[in-house]
Amino acid sequence: MRLCELAIPELSTMLAKGECSSVDITRSVYERIREVDDKIHAYLWSNEEYALSQAGEADRLRKAGEKLNPLLGIPVGLKDIFLTKGVPTTCGSKILEKFVPPFDSTVVSRLKEKGVVITGKLNMDEFAMGSTTEGSAFGPTRNPWGLEYIPGGSSGGSAAAVSSDMCIASLGTDTGGSIRQPAACCGVAGIKPTYGRVSRFGIIAYASSLDQVGPFGKNVRDAAIMLEAIAGFDPKDSTSVKIDVPKYTDSLTGEVKGLKIGLPREYFVEGMDKEVADTVKAAARTLEKLGAQVIEVSLPHTEYCIATYYIIAPSEASSNLARYDGVRYGLRVDAQPNSLLSMYKATRDRGFSAEVRRRIIIGTYTLSAGYYDAYYLKAQKVRTLIRKDFEEAFKKCDVLITPVLPTHPYKLGTKINDPLEMYLSDIFTVSCNLAGLPGMVIPCGFNKDNLPVGMQLLASHFQEQKIFQTAYAYEQNTEWHKRKPKI
Amino acid sequence: MEYEAVIGLEVHAQLLTDSKLFCSCSTKFGAEPNTQTCPVCLGMPGVLPVLNKKAVEFAIRAALAMNCRIEDRSVFARKNYFYPDLPKGYQISMYERPFCVKGWLDIDLNGAKKRIGITRIHMEDDAGKLIHAGDFAQAQSSYVDLNRTGVPLLEIVSEPDIRSPEEASEYMRQLRNILVYIGVCDGNMQEGSLRCDANVSVRPRGREKFGTRAELKNMNSFRNIQRAIAYEIERQVKVCDSGGEVIQETRLWDDAAGKTIGMRGKEEAHDYRYFPDPDLIPIAVDAAWVTQVKDNLPELPGRKKDRFVKDYGIPEYDAALLTQDKLLADYFETVIKEGAPAKWVSNWIMTELLRELNAEEKSASECPITPGQLAALHRLIEKGTISHKIAKGVFTEMYKTGRDAEDLVKAQGLMQVSDDSEINKMIDDAVSENPKQLEQFLAGKDKLFGFFVGQVMKKSSGKANPGLVNKLLAQKLDQLKK
Amino acid sequence: MKITRKEVEYVAHLARLKLSAEDAENFTVRLDQILTYFEKLKELDTTGVEPTSHSMPMVNAFREDQVIPSLPVEDALSNAPDKEGNFFKVPRIIE
Repeated sequence: MRLCELAIPELSTMLAKGECSSVDITRSVYERIREVDDKIHAYLWSNEEYALSQAGEADRLRKAGEKLNPLLGIPVGLKDIFLTKGVPTTCGSKILEKFVPPFDSTVVSRLKEKGVVITGKLNMDEFAMGSTTEGSAFGPTRNPWGLEYIPGGSSGGSAAAVSSDMCIASLGTDTGGSIRQPAACCGVAGIKPTYGRVSRFGIIAYASSLDQVGPFGKNVRDAAIMLEAIAGFDPKDSTSVKIDVPKYTDSLTGEVKGLKIGLPREYFVEGMDKEVADTVKAAARTLEKLGAQVIEVSLPHTEYCIATYYIIAPSEASSNLARYDGVRYGLRVDAQPNSLLSMYKATRDRGFSAEVRRRIIIGTYTLSAGYYDAYYLKAQKVRTLIRKDFEEAFKKCDVLITPVLPTHPYKLGTKINDPLEMYLSDIFTVSCNLAGLPGMVIPCGFNKDNLPVGMQLLASHFQEQKIFQTAYAYEQNTEWHKRKPKI
Repeated sequence: MEYEAVIGLEVHAQLLTDSKLFCSCSTKFGAEPNTQTCPVCLGMPGVLPVLNKKAVEFAIRAALAMNCRIEDRSVFARKNYFYPDLPKGYQISMYERPFCVKGWLDIDLNGAKKRIGITRIHMEDDAGKLIHAGDFAQAQSSYVDLNRTGVPLLEIVSEPDIRSPEEASEYMRQLRNILVYIGVCDGNMQEGSLRCDANVSVRPRGREKFGTRAELKNMNSFRNIQRAIAYEIERQVKVCDSGGEVIQETRLWDDAAGKTIGMRGKEEAHDYRYFPDPDLIPIAVDAAWVTQVKDNLPELPGRKKDRFVKDYGIPEYDAALLTQDKLLADYFETVIKEGAPAKWVSNWIMTELLRELNAEEKSASECPITPGQLAALHRLIEKGTISHKIAKGVFTEMYKTGRDAEDLVKAQGLMQVSDDSEINKMIDDAVSENPKQLEQFLAGKDKLFGFFVGQVMKKSSGKANPGLVNKLLAQKLDQLKK
Repeated sequence: MKITRKEVEYVAHLARLKLSAEDAENFTVRLDQILTYFEKLKELDTTGVEPTSHSMPMVNAFREDQVIPSLPVEDALSNAPDKEGNFFKVPRIIE
């Protein structure tokens, strides 16, 4: 096997034994990028010199016996939402096309501390607003399993890159499913941790009370290693939580005896693709055979999740995106008459895509005088009810298992003109962000078009260990994670 | 028709923290443009605010000093609008859940005491500065300096309890005094570390319903606050009397023209779309913290004034004047500690010292005479080395040169003459040189006694001990009468 | 109609967005659909329910009042679309 096709533990072992160097691995990754990224378009920015110089440094540190840890010298890609010092960070948008930040986000600093090799910046829906990566201002990313299909979004580039071995692991963000949906579409492991588990400092904000950072890996163990490296309190983020980070890899026992798994009935409904529902149910049965107990639970407010999410997220976004005004950084478009107002409008018109502008308008409306109570405030109250649903469910079980998408990944261009229909496909993933819960996705099958089907595992706040435990046990008893797209 | 003015004041005070409200940049005034900024206060993508604990402590001090109830939970809210001096496109302020509510402060206007309610106090971050190329209305471009962005502000909103321009000015004085006393603000209105906006309306006397109010801005001194409000009240009364309606608008005080100018048509109504800031978590101040701050709170002006009256036996008027400025009050007490009697110090400060300071518009902190030096001056008077009158002259010299009283007295030979024979000689001379007046005095014109005193004082260049002159002169003239 | 074209244009102005005639038309239709969908929430009785502002019930995230060196002014201005000296420069503010 080529180096770029391997996962973190294997590479780490080889590096430790001197069987290869970080430079070797990085070269292998870049060879792969040259091979397939023309077709997939996962990367918005990559630079072999930049990567190799980090790899060289990692090799030097290893020889000196410094910074020895599983991630030293491992090539990792970053969704273009993470501010990376000295490297263009666009957030998939023309308004930041030439923006080069003078500082690193906290998670990037932490990865650099571990001696990770940053391979480049990965494609995404503009400002993380989308579920297909078709919303990128720089062209869509394609699914490595089928180039006419979406890779999911908004972290489509991050998932596709891992899936096609264009990096060993990557980071994405998730506000309403933006890690989990791409993980499902691309057949990789992806986890959105509990809100507050990982620092948001230096992550371009979409919806502040929902955004979280999470890793993509080729398997559950890789995701666990990555999460251990980036999680933990950050004094620069007032919403980050002072709870110790457990050694997640310790949960990878392969045991699920006595674990209670809940299947929420509202997530297996009429109108969703039967094959998807059956595949996920089959996965639950596999776990049952391994000794877990599977019960049915109810999350009664599920049908209100989309409306709640699509009020709260655009509201917060409309405020978060006000800073893109052409004054201190980013795109500026001067217009006639020469005035501040026309500059603001021309800049934001040219710089933001239609979907971004649409969400800003929705969010401005739902916060405006006369409408705040009926929309934003109401949605925040319903959010409390949604959270309570999960509290009740987790009294009866340790982990919930659900589908990720109500359908299979569709072809590029299918839903792009119908925003509301696109929003509705987020039905299974937004609830987790609204409640602040951790959620992971791993592959649990393939459909007749050889596209991956993912399953989602949810747990209570700061119970990522239970998710890793369950996911790992399932994964080790199946072969899905070993398949690779033929590209 | 008789009208009553209804006035409420909104005051913004810049807090004396070292760093900004939500980031660690310095708050020092006067730095080169954009040299005190960081990704957070520049509003770069991805940044997050973290609250300055000291600012919260200062807010607790203000809450205690103004008798407010500190809310169980206070929440920061975003106030959204677009302007080049507002990098994030929103100000972080407080809206539905302010820091503290329902307080008051007392004012004293010529003996009439009044309590002005305080509706709420909250924290927010300041905006940057805009400089225009030439006249604002003509400028083709503007320049943005974001050093001031993020500096902590305390917003103090009064109840509409104020009824006259004088009350408004007095409220502002008291408020400023309290803020300086508790060490949270330097109270400099000219530099903008203390700002005041006024909401002014009028209503027919006896009516309960409030009239439409105008918001006055751009008043940067106590005097301007008073003048602006006075003008506005008159303007509104004229409007009402002529059957018109007062328009709700912002009006700027134009000091040169002496009037308020309406901004209507030049500004639009803002929809700030307030919502709780999701990047920050609520503030919860517990009783223990409040007690700790309370225990360390400096003595407030009202208390100090009362204590001065009681402990030093000085009149209330004097005590009020001395406690207007904390540094002056401290100066007063230090002079007493150095040995001078309270009443003398009080009089001396109010007559001599304040005259000198006010002439140069200096404050007590800039006084060139140390408390020790002033106490030493008093000792010279007490010992009889110089007379009270001579002392005034010495004092002026001390103020100009900063030298000690004793030095100046020696150098200028100002020691009081208290030697009997010396004085008697001068008296003899005065009598013999003025036979006409002597004759008149001996004939019964007693008033001429003062004339002879004056003559002796002149001969001694003012240095003769007045008490002694009086005594010896009386003796001499009595002798002559016989 | 849950929202009129005039309202969309007003809201766009609040957000400093310029909408072409076509965009304004399209957005109005889409927004109307979306807002109609939001009506769903009216089905729920939320009397007495506290709004969730933060997923975690935390209070008091503070930092000490210490000054840390600011960005060098070149860095602060490094991405500025227009500048003069050490200032950010913007077009005429008055319309």
